[in-house]
Amino acid sequence: MKLIFEKSRPGRVGISLPDCDVPEKKIEELVPKDSLRSKLNLPEVSEVEVVRHYTKLSTQNYGIDTGFYPLGSCTMKYNPKVNEEIAKLPGFRSSHPLQDEELSQGALELIYHLGKVLCEITGMDGFTLQPAAGAQGELAGLMMVKAYFEHKKEKRTKVIVPDSSHGTNPASATLCGYESITIRSNEKGTVDLKELKKVLDEEVACIILTNPNTLGLFEEEILEITAIAHQKGALVYCDGANMNAFLGIARPGDMGFDIIHLNLHKTFSTPHGGGGPGSGPVGVKKSLVPFLPKPTIEKEKDRYRLDYDRPLSIGKIKTFYGNFGVMVKAYAYLRTLGPEGLREVAENAVLNANYLMKKLKSYYYLPFDRVCMHEFVLSGKRQLEEGVHTNDIAKRLLDYGFHAPTIYFPLIVSEAIMIEPTETESKETLDEFASAMIRIAKETEENPEIVKTAPHPTAEGGRTHPSTKGGRRRLDAVTAARRPNLRWKKLDKYRT
Amino acid sequence: MKIPKELKYAKTHEWIRVEKEMGTVGITDYAQEQLTDVVFVELPQIGKVVSKGEAVAVVESVKSVSDIYAPVSGEVLEVNKELENKPGLINEEPYGKGWIFKIKIKNPKELDFLLSAEEYEKSIKAEEK
Amino acid sequence: MKFIPNTDRDRKEMLKFLGVKSIKKLFKNIPEELLLKKNLKIPKGLSEIELVKEMRLLSGKNADLEHYSCFLGAGAYHHFIPAIIPHLVGRSEFYTSYTPYQPEASQGLLQTIYEFQTLICELTGMDVANASMYDGASALAEAMIMAFHITGREEIIISKTIHPEYREVVKTYAQAKDLKIIEVGYENGITFLEELNKKVSDKTAAVLIQNPNFFGSLENLKEIERIAHKNKSLFIVAIVEPTSLGLLKPPGELGADIVVGEGQSFGNPISFGGPYLGFMATKDKYMRKLPGRLVGATTDSKGRRGYILTLQAREQHIRRERATSNICTNQALCALAATIYLVSLGKEGLRKVAELSTQKAHYAFGKIKEIEKFEEVFSSPFYNEFVVKCKNAKRINQVLVKEKIIGPLELERYYPELKNHLLFCTTEMNSRGEIDKLVSVLRSKDVEPVKPVDPSDPLNPSTA
Repeated sequence: MKLIFEKSRPGRVGISLPDCDVPEKKIEELVPKDSLRSKLNLPEVSEVEVVRHYTKLSTQNYGIDTGFYPLGSCTMKYNPKVNEEIAKLPGFRSSHPLQDEELSQGALELIYHLGKVLCEITGMDGFTLQPAAGAQGELAGLMMVKAYFEHKKEKRTKVIVPDSSHGTNPASATLCGYESITIRSNEKGTVDLKELKKVLDEEVACIILTNPNTLGLFEEEILEITAIAHQKGALVYCDGANMNAFLGIARPGDMGFDIIHLNLHKTFSTPHGGGGPGSGPVGVKKSLVPFLPKPTIEKEKDRYRLDYDRPLSIGKIKTFYGNFGVMVKAYAYLRTLGPEGLREVAENAVLNANYLMKKLKSYYYLPFDRVCMHEFVLSGKRQLEEGVHTNDIAKRLLDYGFHAPTIYFPLIVSEAIMIEPTETESKETLDEFASAMIRIAKETEENPEIVKTAPHPTAEGGRTHPSTKGGRRRLDAVTAARRPNLRWKKLDKYRT
Repeated sequence: MKIPKELKYAKTHEWIRVEKEMGTVGITDYAQEQLTDVVFVELPQIGKVVSKGEAVAVVESVKSVSDIYAPVSGEVLEVNKELENKPGLINEEPYGKGWIFKIKIKNPKELDFLLSAEEYEKSIKAEEK
Repeated sequence: MKFIPNTDRDRKEMLKFLGVKSIKKLFKNIPEELLLKKNLKIPKGLSEIELVKEMRLLSGKNADLEHYSCFLGAGAYHHFIPAIIPHLVGRSEFYTSYTPYQPEASQGLLQTIYEFQTLICELTGMDVANASMYDGASALAEAMIMAFHITGREEIIISKTIHPEYREVVKTYAQAKDLKIIEVGYENGITFLEELNKKVSDKTAAVLIQNPNFFGSLENLKEIERIAHKNKSLFIVAIVEPTSLGLLKPPGELGADIVVGEGQSFGNPISFGGPYLGFMATKDKYMRKLPGRLVGATTDSKGRRGYILTLQAREQHIRRERATSNICTNQALCALAATIYLVSLGKEGLRKVAELSTQKAHYAFGKIKEIEKFEEVFSSPFYNEFVVKCKNAKRINQVLVKEKIIGPLELERYYPELKNHLLFCTTEMNSRGEIDKLVSVLRSKDVEPVKPVDPSDPLNPSTA
């Protein structure tokens, strides 16, 4: 498809603006001439062209609304439409962040209550909603760890992460000046206590764990892990990406975690938007509350106010108060579900995952064959023997109308295929997905070529997902990285 | 998979070809295969003094990134500029045009700690298990 | 529950297939003492009818710019949003998709990001831009860290004319990374160049400047570039009100090494402070040091153009502790809104928005400084925000609210030395009628502190 720049024709406009209704001065009298720009090469297109262009592009995109999206670790659940409508209410969509607190009581009340509900769900004592995404929440969390130890005048330089952790964990640790120590998982796929004890000393500030971990397994020895960490004075951080597994069933705070970040765009149903905006609130136990980013929101009698007077706070990590529009949607979701609804979410997410796992495990190698939580990890290593890589299987799924699972993560499973069905999928969808996976496993033995060259967007008699219909075949990632073309230039010559 | 007899190897998958006090360094055929298509090579500064085992260069593929360690201590004398435009040479000719840098060997005794072709082959077999 | 399609019967069949008696058994790996015995203490669930009612009530407790006129900017701007933007951004194929890891099923979003990157390069005059950052402030903080990686130097010079919240965010990131922040003061509303000149040294990683700055004034970028580069420090420019780029010379033409900014003004609602989007652009030579996602053009196996996430080896999921940043999720949907905004406006439209904002600000400024009780403070040229001094800032805002006007920012909040200084903002949304009404309220006796305000009579917006 052409780029919008390639559709530009001089003189076309896509918007009408009013004439200037105040007495005009020459612009050169207001802004020094040498500060003015001489050219601005934005495209010139009409409104209808803009609408057609982006509508057509939207049809070349796979969303939850058009199909099953089993990306492990991403919790791609249905995004309730009513939440989108609520976020558009004028008091939410059109209020200025710096308008007087008295004029913003509704917004402050919402953030305050959302924080309280998240405290109860996780068993924490305080929450900040400022971070824009999980990784920023994680960074804020580690900054609090750092501030906490500096306040106690303890010098601690290391952070422990398991080898199954998300890449953001060590990356955030580095941003905070910590050295990451990676520990290997045991043969059950969980933290190896012996290994942990070996590296856990008084220089460790924090252990970062994802629970359930990225293999979808609950850390059964969690109470012991948090206890030995606390004995050494270290804190334990929960990467809450997988919170969907035990909403209303168990609480990280009760497990001994000191800090947790959540992803409202995973667990709490706000749309991922093709890569954001998300929201990554962080909850902490009492001892860390003074270090939360500022401002916090406090309630006094019936009024809500912003509290900037927090001398131990790590400061601000984002302008204003966070991704408020996302908070509105998550809050609406929580108000819809209530305590029973939340528990049902976890129960059905875990049931769906176990069901799908059992359906697939005789066709794909399952490295950790035990009851899983909300997701599980297969390995494509049996298929690799036929020369078919996990990436090929992912592409072939598109021909059957399904988005691929997360692949090549976690790093400790070779040819990993990480599947998270979520609670919002029906048994029929799971059955259809399983049939597609099984069929691909068979193709791998009978006709591996068709898998290796997938996707085949025009083939397969209508089974292919609409987003790929007539679309691209396999894209060349190697050339893209060797000769980066990151912006359009007039001289670019490609077949479209 | 090629493992030329005349070269010395490090466990971290670098090879070195020694000519008098000069060593040419690259990565092995096995390493390039594991990496898949190399898309970018970060070359060291000429004149950089490194000690054995220190990270000298970085090799990136689409899906991974690896440090290249100095198999011996010394001074970097030359780098393979051609890799800047053709990083794929590492995949095509890992022991030839895909060399990465040349080093002036400070202490020839360090060469004794490196692996022979047979020893290297054994070490990868062990790693694969 | 309506979001869960499976029925009891489905669940029974599934459990039977698993050979498990109850769902409870699937949680057997959680130690018994951790299992909650009671429901969570959160409010019970609502039906859609009840939910909408409750949320409407909550929303109604806020003042909103659909019912108030607004002269407040300071990092969040009330610009016009054409109807096609919410309409197109609301296509659920876009907003219900994940990060485009499977390019063949994500060409739509990938192409829009590629268009976004191109637009940002064009606007800023830079070579390469990423797919977006969380917001302008965190983009500035990431630019600082990038400068540290490039130069290996640990001192950062930041002008006090940068948005105070941006400076706070930069400080928070700097503390974590143990970088040293040095502030430079202002004179006549712009960075004090003599002081800057003294503070820049061969230890300086970067000089951080906002343009137009927090006071709305235009900085002397040419001179600052010279000062920054004489010691080979990087010159980083932050654009907080990006419609200004419709009028002003792109920082790339003035020698900037990294340009970051806030893109909210481009078609994103003001939404009580978020979600917005940061943008970040740099020169080709620093491309691999850039944090965040990048989309590149490539071809498919039939030679047709397509788009893909590229240069991922910089990122956390591959490079882990040595990544350029920990950023993962960004603000893709907000970037999509910005893209549609910019292409709809085109070169004429964006320039017109910028000119209208400027003309109106200068009109308002001229009228306000004529009022006896108000004084001009800085004489530097400005874009669409300006500072005036008054006698009683608090009272003025209280009176304006009664007239359904969200008034200017009281600068004392961030600059204790600027007591009774007000920062006004106008955009194309402020009609002449609104501005004249503002001026007449400011002129009125009501704003004079005749008697102390009665604390028992707080202004109540929800009933106003």
